[in-house]
Amino acid sequence: MSEIPGELKYTKSHEWVRINDDGSVTIGITDHAQDLMGDMVYIELPEVGDNLETGKECAVVESVKAASDVYAPLDGEILEVNETITESPEVINQNPYEDGWMFRLQLADNAGLDSLLDAKAYEEIINSTDQ
Amino acid sequence: MSLKTPLYDKHIEMGGKMVDFAGWLMPVHFGSQIGEHNAVRQDAGMFDVSHMTVTDLKGADVRDMLRLLLANNVDKLQDKGKALYSCMLNSDGGILDDLIVYYLDDNWFRIVSNAATREKDIRWIENLAKDFGDISVLERTDLAMIAVQGPNAKEKTYAALGDALREHTEALKPFYAATVGDLFIATTGYTGETGFEIILPGKAAAFTWQMLADKGVKPIGLGARDTLRLEAGMALYGSDMDETISPLEAGLDWTIGWSPDDRNFVGRSSLELQKKEGPKQGIVGIVFKGKGILRRHQEVSFSGSDSDLVLGEITSGGFSPTLNHSIALVRAPATVTPGSACQVNIRGKMVDAEVVKYPFVRNGKSCL
Repeated sequence: MSEIPGELKYTKSHEWVRINDDGSVTIGITDHAQDLMGDMVYIELPEVGDNLETGKECAVVESVKAASDVYAPLDGEILEVNETITESPEVINQNPYEDGWMFRLQLADNAGLDSLLDAKAYEEIINSTDQ
Repeated sequence: MSLKTPLYDKHIEMGGKMVDFAGWLMPVHFGSQIGEHNAVRQDAGMFDVSHMTVTDLKGADVRDMLRLLLANNVDKLQDKGKALYSCMLNSDGGILDDLIVYYLDDNWFRIVSNAATREKDIRWIENLAKDFGDISVLERTDLAMIAVQGPNAKEKTYAALGDALREHTEALKPFYAATVGDLFIATTGYTGETGFEIILPGKAAAFTWQMLADKGVKPIGLGARDTLRLEAGMALYGSDMDETISPLEAGLDWTIGWSPDDRNFVGRSSLELQKKEGPKQGIVGIVFKGKGILRRHQEVSFSGSDSDLVLGEITSGGFSPTLNHSIALVRAPATVTPGSACQVNIRGKMVDAEVVKYPFVRNGKSCL
């Protein structure tokens, strides 16, 4: 039911990763994740220049229902964060893969990319946890 | 095994996201919890509350039994159709449940109590009833219940269900009920808005729901029900009160029927003792306008009178869509008063919040 764009990479913890032409990556949370959480009311983002480490908490999303940590899918340095979603958290509900992106990262190296899931593998994971 | 209300199929049809609540499959939202919340504050919404427990008490001795059962005084009910909010206490003064009792006639009272406490409540009532001569305790599992709430709730209900209803209910003051054919229509609710709670035969629930929807009454899930009642400062059983908490400690002093002195309700002696000594804790409201969301179980520290920090805990908290910031009810030492400052531990970060008088919102408007 959730939208899972084929060109993106994913994590088990429901982050998506878009590999940009300039080699940086853009990261957000998936349609499935926003649907599970319901209406977003507060987003806490890392700061530009922060160094992220794979698997470590790097942001917080809070909905009417719950607070959830966002985990860094890859190692790298924050280039840009999306201030739109801190002003209007509902944008993540409306458009999680485009306007609802969270931050852009300069990768330390490309090693982590291989361990990300493709759309099919991610879909299998959410289908199995849904049952 | 999850129970389904007679409206289950309607919820699925209308896109309800179903969750387990006290053993019942109930809609938590129909797309957007905040949208639903705002619909009730600004227009009209309907809630399936059929999971709640409706119990009819019949017989000549029912009023006598309710004098013993309820912390509030059932003798405040002298007009037929009048409703009363009360707690039901154990002998220690702890709250077994909170409920609304309706006086229908001298041989018939109706209690609406919580879903999660259903079996405990019925057992407790049946047990007390044994000592009275003529009482039957009948749980009305054949009935459904739909709450229609919001500034336009009454008009839309009349548009949907016909003008006969208007004739019989338009003059009802808050906290009354009237019976119109198969419908039991009460001017009660759990949102801080005007409206009705309609108790009706289960088999009539689905088409009634559809008729209301056809007149623009929006279906509302349990998520918005919780944020609406929190804004209205209404206590939730199991969160803001339980068997270890007395009404004096739950912000429910006003529901204790102290007078007359010789009405010996269950829990009275414990409550009197607690009142004499002064309750050690109570409920206060807090607001937080900064970044982050107040949630249940977060720890709150208050500056004590002797510069010691005293601690409290959020019993209900969340984002208020009407006020656009966080609000919470906090179990706090009795010394804490509105206007004082406090700090809340939000996920390891201490933030400054303010103690306020609640309710936070009534009839669509901020009370702050």
